[in-house]
Amino acid sequence: MSDTLPNPLDERYPGYDVLDKRLTPSWNDATRRVIDARLAVPREARFLNALEWRTLSALCDRVMPQPTYRPPVPLAAYVDQKLLSDTRPGFRDAALPPQRETWKNGLAVFEAEAMARHDQSFHALTPSEQEALMIEAGAGRLGHAGWSAEQMQLFFNGHVLTDILGAYYAHPTAWSEIGFGGPASPRGYVRMQNDRRDPWEAIEATPETVEKTRKENRNVR
Amino acid sequence: MSDNPLHTPRALNGRAPDVFRKGAWVPMREYSQNEAVDFVVIGTGAGGGPLIARLAEMGYSVIGFDAGAYFRPLEDFASDETSQSQLYWTDERLIDGANPIKMGSNNSGKAVGGSTVHFAMVSLRFRPEWFQSRTKLGYAVDWPLDWREMWRYYDKAERDLAIAGPISYPWGPKRPRYPYRAHEIGGAAEWLARGAEAMGYQWSETPLATVSAPRGDSPSCVYRGFCRVGCSTNAKQSQLVTYIPRALKAGAEIRDLAMVGRIETNAQGLATGVHYHREGQWHFQRAKQVIVAGYAIETPRLLLNSATDRFPDGLANRSGYLGRNLMVQSNQAVYGRMKEMVRWNKGPPSLTITEHWNYEDKKDFFGGYCWMAQGPLPLEWSAAVSSSRGLWGEALRQKMMDYNHQVGLKMVGEMLPSMENRVTLAEEKDQYGLPITRITYGWQDNDKTMIQHALGEMQRSLELVGAQDIWRQENDTNHLAGTARMGFSAESSVVDADCRSWDVPNLWICDGSIFPTTGGVNPSLTITAIALRTADRIQTLHRQGKITL
Repeated sequence: MSDTLPNPLDERYPGYDVLDKRLTPSWNDATRRVIDARLAVPREARFLNALEWRTLSALCDRVMPQPTYRPPVPLAAYVDQKLLSDTRPGFRDAALPPQRETWKNGLAVFEAEAMARHDQSFHALTPSEQEALMIEAGAGRLGHAGWSAEQMQLFFNGHVLTDILGAYYAHPTAWSEIGFGGPASPRGYVRMQNDRRDPWEAIEATPETVEKTRKENRNVR
Repeated sequence: MSDNPLHTPRALNGRAPDVFRKGAWVPMREYSQNEAVDFVVIGTGAGGGPLIARLAEMGYSVIGFDAGAYFRPLEDFASDETSQSQLYWTDERLIDGANPIKMGSNNSGKAVGGSTVHFAMVSLRFRPEWFQSRTKLGYAVDWPLDWREMWRYYDKAERDLAIAGPISYPWGPKRPRYPYRAHEIGGAAEWLARGAEAMGYQWSETPLATVSAPRGDSPSCVYRGFCRVGCSTNAKQSQLVTYIPRALKAGAEIRDLAMVGRIETNAQGLATGVHYHREGQWHFQRAKQVIVAGYAIETPRLLLNSATDRFPDGLANRSGYLGRNLMVQSNQAVYGRMKEMVRWNKGPPSLTITEHWNYEDKKDFFGGYCWMAQGPLPLEWSAAVSSSRGLWGEALRQKMMDYNHQVGLKMVGEMLPSMENRVTLAEEKDQYGLPITRITYGWQDNDKTMIQHALGEMQRSLELVGAQDIWRQENDTNHLAGTARMGFSAESSVVDADCRSWDVPNLWICDGSIFPTTGGVNPSLTITAIALRTADRIQTLHRQGKITL
């Protein structure tokens, strides 16, 4: 299916940084406040214990592996922060306890299964060993004493994926990566049609135009 | 800024926020708790907002309660999905059943203005036959309302909300021109139009509650595309910037961060007021009439939590229908990728629509559906791609790179009422000490048939315009209805045509929960039209001596 991809590059929008717009009319004070706070997240465990934090960090690396050419989004820190503040989504599957307990139980199952099968901590397994356990969890085939495979499936699909991807795509780094315009108040947009670009929107590169586009995107703001 | 609207009420001391001016206030009348006001309205959304405004404008004393915050959009709203979850009802609710409903975001608001603060602004009329779906179309139940009367209230609601729409709408009986011109359609919306034309179906600019030219203190929409996490410019005609300011001007009081936990009834079986939690303690407000407008989960919850010896199954529940016949709308989608740069996040997300299958009856299922163009923001988009395609890791990261090339069509479809889809109380308590809800939901065969039909149609539309990498989002739902059905008799419904409860004559319910059926369009305009009608009916009944004030 990827044969018609306009551009198979990893850096689809080279040089584009949504943060360059921070002081433009695309960002209001409220936006600057919340994004500044997001970028300042403490990169350490404040709710989870040290072992849980390492398990979580390994899950983050698998759910959203990040390129090495730019600073990574500190995904585990956002999940921990969410648990610390106990920010909830507004619903809970009746088969699960509240989210803090669900996270602690789910992380413990990954650790216990890793020990049972490989005699090693989850975070010490190879990426493919970790992924194998995660795929089993997502398919409802990974249970452990006191925590059913159904609960583990709900945990993996409804918490692990949701919270980690939610952290990643809430970050300006991810917005820049996918060429999203990012915050847009009060300026908004003017050119609405297909293939029309406002000067404050990212330019997509083709394999031939990467360096030229990188230069042009530096002026997008 | 020292004031946090999520922690400290703002509507206090004779003033409320001026939502149109930073740091400014408007005067607000205040009523004593010991004074029995004419009306207490619980909830300030699409149902509560118009009622508070209209009843105050008629000269009645009114207090509007909302559990949520009184936001100042110009100062409080960031262009950010995560932080703007401050608009959602995120208190715990348990979900179960064959198809559990995800709550908390697109279907639940907690703010003055209710979920209209974050709704997608789609403002559609019911097909007339849906008010008699049993008689005219052979399914579910009829409404006790006449569509011609509803048509007049739709006119009013569209004017009050300055709906921007086309000169002539392709479906249904004649309606007046929309008050504001239709919005320019964006790239994603254009692909819907081209697909519909290729299929031989009509399409239209979607009538939207965001202004296409300045209106009073609202500036024209700037197409920032964050509509579903709150409008930071006030172009969106939410309750917060329309009926609520009108209500204040007319002498209503708004109490924000005020969670009503129980309606008190006396020995005669009449409501006497409401117990509400505000600023750390419980209070009691006396009232002559109580109107509940908390939407399809909180409305039955409040009435169930108000049970007494006389009403052991909850208030207004002699029929046993309270909490039952909960309906969501099917909200499945088909997505694809275009060669062109679409940049679908620009502008309101649903700029074009086809209601073809709402008005075409040659099909093998009951009910109707429409579909609209899409423009999800990155968080919502990543969740859809991940959950529907089973992707995570590098495969997902690569798919997300196509964001600016994506197009999508999303249905709003009518699910049929079922007694088994319902809201009940759980053992668990919330932060106010009130039992939380358990929401049980399962799709019926008709629902599944319609969903498959719609997915096939939407997929064909995308194929016809040359979209690549097409896939289906099969699990999404949106909007709520039912749980306090309006009907013809006390035995099989909770309220009558005037939204008055059969069992407690001074207790009313006026929000989406009174819907007997939910139709194939977004419900907010119908809720508002019914609220406008209810206000008029209350005035008439009062003049006839059928309401005691």
